[in-house]
Amino acid sequence: MPTTRRQFLSLAGSITVIPIVTLRPLEATPAMLNTVIRNVVGEASIRTGKVKLDIPPLVENGNTVPMTVSVASPMTADDYVKSIHVFNEKNPQPNIGNFYLNPSSGRAQISTRIRLADTQKVVAIARLSDDSFWQVIADVVVTLAACTEEVN
Amino acid sequence: MAALINVPAKAKRGDIIEIRTLTSHIMETGFRRTMDGALVPRDIITSFTCRYNGAEIFRADLFPAIAANPYLSFFTVAKESGKFEFEWIGDNGYSSTASASITVE
Amino acid sequence: MNFWRAIMLAALAATAPALLAGEIPPDARRSGYSFMGPDTRAMQDDDTSNPGMLFVLDGEALWTKKAGSADKACADCHGDARNSMKGVAARYPAFDKTLARPVTLDQRINLCRANHQQAAPLPYESRDILALSAFVAHQSRGVAITAGDDPQAKPFVEQGRNLFMQREGQLNLACTNCHDDNFEKRLAGSPITQAQPTGYPLYRLEWQTLGSLERRLRSCMTGVRAQAYDYGTPELVALELYLKARARGMPMETPAVRP
Repeated sequence: MPTTRRQFLSLAGSITVIPIVTLRPLEATPAMLNTVIRNVVGEASIRTGKVKLDIPPLVENGNTVPMTVSVASPMTADDYVKSIHVFNEKNPQPNIGNFYLNPSSGRAQISTRIRLADTQKVVAIARLSDDSFWQVIADVVVTLAACTEEVN
Repeated sequence: MAALINVPAKAKRGDIIEIRTLTSHIMETGFRRTMDGALVPRDIITSFTCRYNGAEIFRADLFPAIAANPYLSFFTVAKESGKFEFEWIGDNGYSSTASASITVE
Repeated sequence: MNFWRAIMLAALAATAPALLAGEIPPDARRSGYSFMGPDTRAMQDDDTSNPGMLFVLDGEALWTKKAGSADKACADCHGDARNSMKGVAARYPAFDKTLARPVTLDQRINLCRANHQQAAPLPYESRDILALSAFVAHQSRGVAITAGDDPQAKPFVEQGRNLFMQREGQLNLACTNCHDDNFEKRLAGSPITQAQPTGYPLYRLEWQTLGSLERRLRSCMTGVRAQAYDYGTPELVALELYLKARARGMPMETPAVRP
């Protein structure tokens, strides 16, 4: 039976009620990245949302890239962010850092400076106190210095 | 090794305060080679911990993708006057510490 | 990547003859700071997030540390650097009467070590020389640059200017072709600055460490495929002097942060 427009809309409406499991962006990333993410997340599903990744879309130098990850969370004793995990797609190693928080953190936000070897995706995943995982993916364009010196 | 710590000297009880730390370290990735092709061995800080009056309030695992002279900023709730202790641990037995005090009113 | 860069440089070289070498009017001069993005500016602005300050801290410790067979620290002669060193770096490279030529701040520190501390010179770009010169130059932060004012330095400023205007290397480019004629355009992804040396020694994100103006000049020379002058050579010192004199009146920023 062909799907009418009305049926499609009702289907689409019902989808918003069911939590959407978004694994699609991860499929686009290399297997190595997927493996290390699975090492942290296990079999749990990763949802998109809650996590914000502040990183310059066009970085001035890939050797030192400022980055801030924040997670929308009340940070109370029964609803807080346990940890934040940051990964990259194209460095020699996919891990960037793991950051462990607790309710007394007050605010689920960390900043650091990272190295990005090339234009690539950066993935930040938060583990909440209910052991749900939330992620955000950012595309970062890395430009290189025009006049690099000889390697010492 | 030099470290720069930014903790507010004073805070009101219950305030959420930002703590910023910067420490000297080369963070040699272990993926670079010298001109004659020899691999430069990895030499990085692998772990950072912050304790507030003895209790761990923040911890991080660092990887070669963290830039040289690691910078970390994080938050905590000001609960009582006392001392923040910072510890960096790394390859080749590397260890360094720093501390800062806070007055909570 | 190198190939692509070579093309970019070659393209610039091809257009260069049409451009007139013109010096930048004083009121149009801009620090490299103004060419940076907000994130890198923020890194420089806050002393507790500026990684160059780690070197200033190290330099502060070295200032009071006894060295050499004279067993003297910098502080034993110069006292509190906050008073004695204020404005000093702003006039370097400075003319040395005994040597009858200008010396850089790094060379002055090593002359002090040789003559007053009886200590071995610190190697160029070593952590200790960078830390000491960053600490000394930091005392001049906000002070207007006065290098080149000394009449005895004038011939060396002129020598540096000639080197700045002289084409060199396989790409046949002079400093002026980029930094006077084409600033604010881009070379690959990076903005071309005016080459105003207001913040040295500075923390370069690319280097992931502090470095001297001489290191920067040498990497520019490598960039145009020229043979770089060695550290401390009269040519490099003259260039450094010209650049500082060219930035006369601009405030010191040490330790600056640059991409």
